[in-house]
Amino acid sequence: MTALPLLDIRDLTVEFSTRRGTVRAVEHVDIAIGKGETVGIVGESGSGKSVTSYAAMRILDRAGRIAEGSVTFTGIDVRKASESDMRALRGREMSMIFQNPRAALNPIRKVGRQIVDVLRQHAQADASQLADKAIEILEQVRIARPRERYHAYPFELSGGMCQRVVIALALACRPQLLIADEPTTGLDVTTQKTVMELIVELTRQRGMSTILITHDLGLAATYCDRIVVMEKGRVVESDAAKTVFTAPSHPYTRKLMRATPRPGATLRELLPEDAPLSAAAPAAPNRNGSHDGPLLVVEKLVKEYPRKGSNALGKLFGRSPPTEPETFRAVDGISFSINRGESVGLVGESGCGKSTTSTMVMRLIDQTDGAIVFNGEDIGAIPAKQFARLPQRKRIQMVFQDPTDSLNPRFTAARAIADPILRLGDIKGRNAVRARCEDLARRVELPIDLLDRFPHQLSGGQKARVGIARAIALDPDLVILDEPTAALDVSVQAVVLNLLQELKESLGMSYLFVSHDLNVVRLLCDRVIVMQSGRIVEQGPTEQVLFAPAADYTRELLTAIPHPSFHA
Amino acid sequence: MSELILPKDIAQRPSGLVAMLQHARYVLRDNVVTGFAFALFVLILLAALIGPYVVPLDPLASDTAAALKPPSASHWFGTDQLGRDVFSRVIVATRLDLFIAVASVALVFLMGGLAGVAAGYFGGWTDRIVGRIADTIMAFPLFVLAMGIVAALGNTVQNIIIATAIVNFPLYARVARAEANVRREAGFVLAARLSGNGDMRILLGHILPNIMPIMVVQMSLTMGYAILNAAGLSFIGLGVRPPTAEWGIMVADGAAFMVSGEWWIAFFPGAALMVAVFCFNLLGDGLRDIVDPQRRT
Repeated sequence: MTALPLLDIRDLTVEFSTRRGTVRAVEHVDIAIGKGETVGIVGESGSGKSVTSYAAMRILDRAGRIAEGSVTFTGIDVRKASESDMRALRGREMSMIFQNPRAALNPIRKVGRQIVDVLRQHAQADASQLADKAIEILEQVRIARPRERYHAYPFELSGGMCQRVVIALALACRPQLLIADEPTTGLDVTTQKTVMELIVELTRQRGMSTILITHDLGLAATYCDRIVVMEKGRVVESDAAKTVFTAPSHPYTRKLMRATPRPGATLRELLPEDAPLSAAAPAAPNRNGSHDGPLLVVEKLVKEYPRKGSNALGKLFGRSPPTEPETFRAVDGISFSINRGESVGLVGESGCGKSTTSTMVMRLIDQTDGAIVFNGEDIGAIPAKQFARLPQRKRIQMVFQDPTDSLNPRFTAARAIADPILRLGDIKGRNAVRARCEDLARRVELPIDLLDRFPHQLSGGQKARVGIARAIALDPDLVILDEPTAALDVSVQAVVLNLLQELKESLGMSYLFVSHDLNVVRLLCDRVIVMQSGRIVEQGPTEQVLFAPAADYTRELLTAIPHPSFHA
Repeated sequence: MSELILPKDIAQRPSGLVAMLQHARYVLRDNVVTGFAFALFVLILLAALIGPYVVPLDPLASDTAAALKPPSASHWFGTDQLGRDVFSRVIVATRLDLFIAVASVALVFLMGGLAGVAAGYFGGWTDRIVGRIADTIMAFPLFVLAMGIVAALGNTVQNIIIATAIVNFPLYARVARAEANVRREAGFVLAARLSGNGDMRILLGHILPNIMPIMVVQMSLTMGYAILNAAGLSFIGLGVRPPTAEWGIMVADGAAFMVSGEWWIAFFPGAALMVAVFCFNLLGDGLRDIVDPQRRT
């Protein structure tokens, strides 16, 4: 350290006043960011990484306040600065990229105008040149045809494009410090790669400093010079990216490293070394209506959606000339099969049709064409509306992506697990149902005393367990896992993935694992299907697809996964 | 209040009554106005429940010798043109006015709430029909519509309730529709379908309980309007008939005497009406703050 750091956070403690008293979100944190440095703040949810950066910009919400310590930015004491001084600093000297790009943009204002607004706010250009300047900035964030996109509304742009516009907004006034709070969460891996490379390149070009807040240690190690690891509001490790990634010194960092799915690690290796082996008793694998051959065969499955806005007026009056129906094929004639006891991964980026496929197999929506043969019976012929109350419903269940969204906020955990049993199960009587719930809770390793809590009283991992218990409550043959760990921290993800594997082995179920994360799919699946724009581009055994991919697209997906390379 | 503060380990998961008290205390600490409105509500409720048994004089007994007396120690709110005690009449009227309001709000919740939830959940034709019914009702000036309904159906308490309910229908249908609509695609609704729940069960067992807090707020907010509506109908002679004690009629009775200086006959029932409407509106605002802090102003 030769010069004074650009941002110097010393002994920072942030408190939030809640109804249960004062909670310390961040305790005695020291972080210094030098000029031109890229620093990653890594931690799991609740570690205080976002709060630290909000405190640095002094944008904590009303309940929060800086209790102790100091924040100095280019020699200015952020704690003492007046609100109007801070307003001038924010945006011009330090700016921020938020997690959800769509929420960060005004939905009813053209993106170009939004950039102009920022420029005007900080008097960065003459009124006559504002539009040209905005177009120039759009060009810098590699938005194709910037002159046209200037007039686009946020909803007309893809998630990656929106994030580029947000970056353009953040960089419009050439700030000295950029804080990126989970800038690529929710974006596809290939988009993540381009967005991250753009951020790194632009900031390096301009000699800016960057704080990258992320839960992904791999991402931080790939793009940052230095990494600060936070746990429960404290900094546990702070060192050069290479050191943290290759030789972590703190047990928490080691645990985080271990839990991150990576090539070469088995499912078991994600858990901490001292984790007890699960004592789940293996049950007899179920063989309901034993039928030889694959459990599920999907043949030439097609789902078409009408294109939006196609002669809506004509439909209203019902007398438009019959034109060729404008349809969009979300799923375009795909065929695959799943054997008993097999896990198949369905991988692709957002919009590739993987979720549409799984909801059709789930019989929540009707397919346009094609057959879904389950256990030798064409369930695709049964309309989705009728399927809910048929006995076949029991045989296919699902674990949803967002454990919070998929639990009724007004049902206790026990009631949520009991729901399928009450509707479709053959267990009758209060006590018998309760006993079954407790049995299931034990199976998914959910403490019994949590059964009477409501979802908001449970942690993310506990909610995920409730969702899994509900899915296996009826001993299904096929469980569709729709990104079951996407909303969870890596250490919780590791535990949940192991749990899923154990359950599969003990209950003899088959899994259709829908995910965008190839590293996670590799751990759990025997076979992988890669989808792109409604078609299957490659399918085969996991090892073959991941280590010797035949399709270009698969290769592209694999290289987009952030891998820090410190060999250079 | 300090005796409610418990050791921390117990405070983590308080049970039953203690939890409710703690929650109420927390809520009221930042909402003094809501506490005031709640106290007022308890007072109104007491007047409605035990009022007729504790009032000093028979609200219907006339005493022409003591007609048009100003407020005094024996007649707190004075007497009207027939010598009836205004205080007794105001208190006794609470029961009828509150009953009309509660009944009509309950009715409109059943009609509008359920229709709205169904419209939001099923969409399509259900949505269109419910939407058009609501639009049709809103196309009329609401009080004129209520007048028309009572005039057509007959001048009874039931019909006032029905008219008030119909007039409030669009409010309920729209709120319920919007709330059900955003929950239609929620994960827990899909999960309920996978668990073998039919549409009706999803609607009543899963979606409705989730939008109840918002509906309760809506009910409290429309309660004041319902009271005003019922009194208004009686005021123009389309409602409860004299000599029944009812705020609207009493204001109408007293209006003629305002010019000659006997202000108390109309003033006190009018004030009671104002306090009741005020109370329910404040209560509704407070409840909304508690249920949905984001919409707080």
